[in-house]
Amino acid sequence: MLSKRIIPCLDVREGTTTKGIKFKGNVDIGDPVKMARNYYEQGADEIVFYDITASSDRRGIMIEVVRRVAREIFIPFSVGGGIRSVAEMRDVLLAGAEKVSVNSAAVRNPGVISEGARAFGSQCIVIGMDVKRVPASPAIPSGYEVVIDGGRKPMAMDALRWAQEAEKLGAGEICLNSIDADGTQDGYELTLTRLISTSVGIPVIASGGAGRPEHLADVLTRGCADAALIASMVHYGTYTIREIKTYLNQQNIKVREVW
Amino acid sequence: MIAIIDYRAGNLASVARALDYLRQPWVITKDAEVLSRAERIIFPGVGAAGEAMANLRNLGLDRVIRDAYASGRPFLGLCLGTQIILDYSEEDDTPCLGIIPGSTRRFPRGLQDRDGHILKVPHMGWNRITVGEGSHPIMAGIERESEFYFVHSFYPDPTDPDVVKGRTDYGISFPSLLGRGNLAAVQFHPEKSGRPGLRMLENFCRWRP
Repeated sequence: MLSKRIIPCLDVREGTTTKGIKFKGNVDIGDPVKMARNYYEQGADEIVFYDITASSDRRGIMIEVVRRVAREIFIPFSVGGGIRSVAEMRDVLLAGAEKVSVNSAAVRNPGVISEGARAFGSQCIVIGMDVKRVPASPAIPSGYEVVIDGGRKPMAMDALRWAQEAEKLGAGEICLNSIDADGTQDGYELTLTRLISTSVGIPVIASGGAGRPEHLADVLTRGCADAALIASMVHYGTYTIREIKTYLNQQNIKVREVW
Repeated sequence: MIAIIDYRAGNLASVARALDYLRQPWVITKDAEVLSRAERIIFPGVGAAGEAMANLRNLGLDRVIRDAYASGRPFLGLCLGTQIILDYSEEDDTPCLGIIPGSTRRFPRGLQDRDGHILKVPHMGWNRITVGEGSHPIMAGIERESEFYFVHSFYPDPTDPDVVKGRTDYGISFPSLLGRGNLAAVQFHPEKSGRPGLRMLENFCRWRP
């Protein structure tokens, strides 16, 4: 049976890893290549890098990070953050990433999803979504709104509709981040995750709110997620990936145990 | 020297990087002459069967690949490379290389896991290989519980059951490791499957069929 994936997420700014709380107050916590290698050896099933470098003229630094990572780790990894075009996708994929993640740019120009899927295959294209809970309205019947630009710009767009649209356009996977839960370490947004994951035919990675192994168990069962993104709980050494997987295994959740 | 066949089908560099890590010399090539001299051949691939076969024919590689297999040198198919060594693929209704009799089929819709959840397609992520009796030399030294990274919506279905050396469970039990003579072919990506995948590639580099 397919294993549920545990995916550490590294936010990288100008070549250095950071982790923010609710997108604010980022602090540097290390070399992304070393951290990726460490997680690879610890049994991460995949790794996600978000390039949060502000200025696009510094983008080359991230490409170099991707090249170094690709020489050292032999599991899939994806790169997102500020990717706007097929040309930028190509740079990241040629540098060695397995997948690229598009977020704000896909909301502004949904065509980039289908162009990317045609050029590289759907399996390469992850749609990243930042979502906020709002009162349900005719424009947002699910009560979950798409927000772009790193959590700053609400779009009056329904998250469920956007997820289904992205799938139709050729996205191969959804990385679903709850802005309300992000950085809290109080647990994933289960209602949102379940809603999206059971309404699309592509895998959903739950993101935002992981603090304890129980949170992963919840989102991988009740939340119907196919994979769970983690950050703080492993970045600061609170848990190892092995500890998390041992716990999940005890809960009868199938995870990869030998690596 | 190991030749990685270049037919514009996906990221061949990841296979090359894994071989670098194993300190195995490689060349990425579409040159029939280079392929005919290579000690071993890797036939990778990501993408769609129709386009892949069109590329192979346009580059004149379809015959070169059949000849390479017929020459008895170790030959490894990966993912799409594995699917198109069969006669036919349901993807784009594509006639394929016909090195191994059989078809490549799409996962049926509505497959369920043991708890009744609908299984998503593509089958994306880590899964096990259950090897049959006798296994295969490229699995040597790999723990039974090891998992490998898959990303695919179609799976190889050879006619001859003896060709199937390993199976994987995703709602149905599908062939994920094929072997016949000097040919080994896998549905997953050993170059992205961590230590067990690297071990498999290393086994292939040493394999004397």
